[in-house]
Amino acid sequence: MPAPARLPLGFAGLLAAVSIGIFAGSGLYTFSYAEGLSYLSDDPRACVNCHIMREQFDGWQKASHHARATCNDCHVPHDLIGKYTAKAVHGWRHSKGFTLNDFHEPIQILPEDLDIVRQNCMRCHGELVSHLADDDCIRCHSAVGHGPPR
Amino acid sequence: MAVAIVSALCTVGVMALFQNVSDRKAEARHDVLRLAPIDETTVDPKEWGKSFPRQYDAYLRTVDVERTRYGGSENIQKLDDDPLLRTIFAGYAFSIDYREERGHAYMLSDQRETERVTKKTQPGACLQCHASNLVAYRKAGLEGGAPGKLTDTLTSPEGLAQLQQGFEKLCAIPYDDATKTVDHPIACLDCHDPATLAVRVTRPGFLAGIRALAKSSEPVPHLPSIESWRKGSRARDYDPNQDASRQELRSMVCGQCHVEYYFKGEKKLLTYPWDNGLKVEQIEKHYDDEGFSDWTHADSGAKVLKAQHPEFEMWSQGIHARSGVACADCHMPYKREGALKFSDHHVRSPLLEPARSCQICHPYPEQEILARAAAIQDRTKKLLDAAEHATVDLIGALKRAKDSGVSDTDLEPARKLQRQAQFRADFIAAENSMGFHAPQESARILAEAIDFARQGQIALLQTTKK
Repeated sequence: MPAPARLPLGFAGLLAAVSIGIFAGSGLYTFSYAEGLSYLSDDPRACVNCHIMREQFDGWQKASHHARATCNDCHVPHDLIGKYTAKAVHGWRHSKGFTLNDFHEPIQILPEDLDIVRQNCMRCHGELVSHLADDDCIRCHSAVGHGPPR
Repeated sequence: MAVAIVSALCTVGVMALFQNVSDRKAEARHDVLRLAPIDETTVDPKEWGKSFPRQYDAYLRTVDVERTRYGGSENIQKLDDDPLLRTIFAGYAFSIDYREERGHAYMLSDQRETERVTKKTQPGACLQCHASNLVAYRKAGLEGGAPGKLTDTLTSPEGLAQLQQGFEKLCAIPYDDATKTVDHPIACLDCHDPATLAVRVTRPGFLAGIRALAKSSEPVPHLPSIESWRKGSRARDYDPNQDASRQELRSMVCGQCHVEYYFKGEKKLLTYPWDNGLKVEQIEKHYDDEGFSDWTHADSGAKVLKAQHPEFEMWSQGIHARSGVACADCHMPYKREGALKFSDHHVRSPLLEPARSCQICHPYPEQEILARAAAIQDRTKKLLDAAEHATVDLIGALKRAKDSGVSDTDLEPARKLQRQAQFRADFIAAENSMGFHAPQESARILAEAIDFARQGQIALLQTTKK
């Protein structure tokens, strides 16, 4: 007689498998419900998913850089690792802030992120302005990205 | 087993996150749920609050009593704070009681209690700016034979006719009778159309004043709809509710009351003296042409003026107005709850919350922003002190000259100069920003005040020598 068919897992194993399945399923669903994939893209509309940056987005549509640069052109580095590291760091900080509602208003850029923006100014305009000692471009050109303050 | 428990807990976390994301999405989809009907007769803000709880909650907080360096909402007696005021206002109700005004919530009770009203007889005209009075005005208008019915849209020809007729009637009757027709301080209906919630202006005095301003030739670059009306056919009068942009209305609703005004003629019709423009000397010219004075000064015999609270006029001279910044941008800054954004209806000084009011445009630390504002206000206060001292010196000199028997004819030039000096000093003192709304204009006005007062003293010296 053949040996009785045995479950490949014991009861505990089955429970673990189902739990992991539920976790993975609900996690994936929440990720998709929260439009998680959009954050991996370069589409500026992803940045207003949470509505906090609505003013920056609206302002950008009226600003001089609108035709040439989107959010990611200025706000993340342009090497593969740098880009997704920055996206991960920003993503964690923003989603934590929006979920817990514990951020400073109006929102303000952090010094390290301001550095990224400056480097991106130089990425396009470097040839023209490399002789300038000070690369704090947006101190004066504050309206080029998000338009004039309202 | 342990794996199962951990993944179950993780799933709980994921579902909580799902709930949070879902809440935020719901907030973004709709923020208004109309729970109670409102129309042109709904005076009680509580009824509006059922559908607009965030705005209503913030509105209720105007009971808060907070202080800034030069302002605030404690009802301190200014006459004790600055004894010069007793001399400046000698012979007038403001020398009896001149308390700091408190928040919007107190506007009606403060007016009923002030000794300027309880010890002196005042007309119903005072009520235009201290109560939610649209329904009271319209009822009075309808009783007087105005067309239409109470539920007509206020801005319809019928509604406006009712409003104007009732306004004229209630201005003329005694305050004690007029105040019985109202129950609430300023409320939702006074600034919002109940059908669309759009911002609107409703005060008959303002509507007449801004029409007159539009007809003048004074440049008003900060009110572009007036400039464009002037360039048009002028087939009808300028009407802010038809012509002004939403951004202009976000200042005009405040300018309905935070202005210079007077009670014109026997009928005590509340009037904004804007037909020459909004600057202090243009307003003064209106009063001179009308032969108007608020009272005859007890010490000097000069026919003098009391400035009210010309915030709209001073804001009009400043850089913020010129840059398109409305009153509401700083005094009712946007507030966020979750994914919802709305105007904070807790109207108050931006100095109490510079992050939401100022940092939107000025990306500097709060302490730096406050220091910049304080620098403007401290400088204005020094000039104001000098102007008040100069005015009081002139009043003293006039009194001595009068007592020593100098004729009215000889006193007249110096009395005229007192009127000019005093009105200018008061224009800045009574204005609620200590110069901030228009720093250079404030300095100009105070410099003129000092100049006129000292010129008056010189004029008297020459009289006495004769």
